[in-house]
Amino acid sequence: MTSGEAEVVVTQERPTRLTSGPGTLLVWLYGVMVVGAVSRSIYQIATEFDRAPLAYTLSALAGLVYGFITYTLVRGGEKARRAALVCCAAELVGVLTVGTWTLVDPSAFPDATVWSDYGMGYVFIPVLLPLSAIYWLRRARTA
Amino acid sequence: MLAVLTLVTGVAALLLAAWCGWAAYRDQPTKDWHFIGMAVVSVLALVQLVVGIVQLARGEKPEQGTTIFVAYLLGAFACVPAAGFMSLGERTRWGSVTVAAGGVVLAVLEVRLYDIWGG
Repeated sequence: MTSGEAEVVVTQERPTRLTSGPGTLLVWLYGVMVVGAVSRSIYQIATEFDRAPLAYTLSALAGLVYGFITYTLVRGGEKARRAALVCCAAELVGVLTVGTWTLVDPSAFPDATVWSDYGMGYVFIPVLLPLSAIYWLRRARTA
Repeated sequence: MLAVLTLVTGVAALLLAAWCGWAAYRDQPTKDWHFIGMAVVSVLALVQLVVGIVQLARGEKPEQGTTIFVAYLLGAFACVPAAGFMSLGERTRWGSVTVAAGGVVLAVLEVRLYDIWGG
């Protein structure tokens, strides 16, 4: 990682920007998850909500959390950074809880959520994303 | 027709991802040639969108539903241009990483599209 020092310099000049450097990738991935989770849950809640109400509600909730985190990342600033940090922690807890729940009690989930099996259907991005985002947000403060 | 197009677009997306990943590895931002590559992949996705809609208009039905099919076609079309615009705003290796991630996402969408259409 030779670019590490360069990033720190950039963030020092603009301490409130969260979208520079690796932040760009995070915003992109969160954006993808927003589109994925929100459109999926809208479709499922509108057409077949009764089949798996719990799973679809959780997907919608995940979509909202992703949307909020994307917004805070783009907005930037210390307050947004803290809000994003809290949401990423909540997201991580959500992924781990729902992931474990789907493994322990599959009968509660006739259909998959975004967070089923720790996000396996989404190449484990749901579980990796909050970890890297928390790492990035913590570094953005110290920089 | 659609299956071939899905395959070609998916492979092109992966090539784009590898190319931009290579640029990121060498600590370079996306350059003009990368944007031409993104344009090629985007045109493929656009052709796929048009062909998909024509197939629907002819009365063919995707296996997993028309709404999902159209939503994925639109998502596939928007994917790479969106990543490209983000890399315009981020003139470092991270812009290249973002486009590479966009290519991977598009490849995944193509696999899903293949399933949704029904082979």
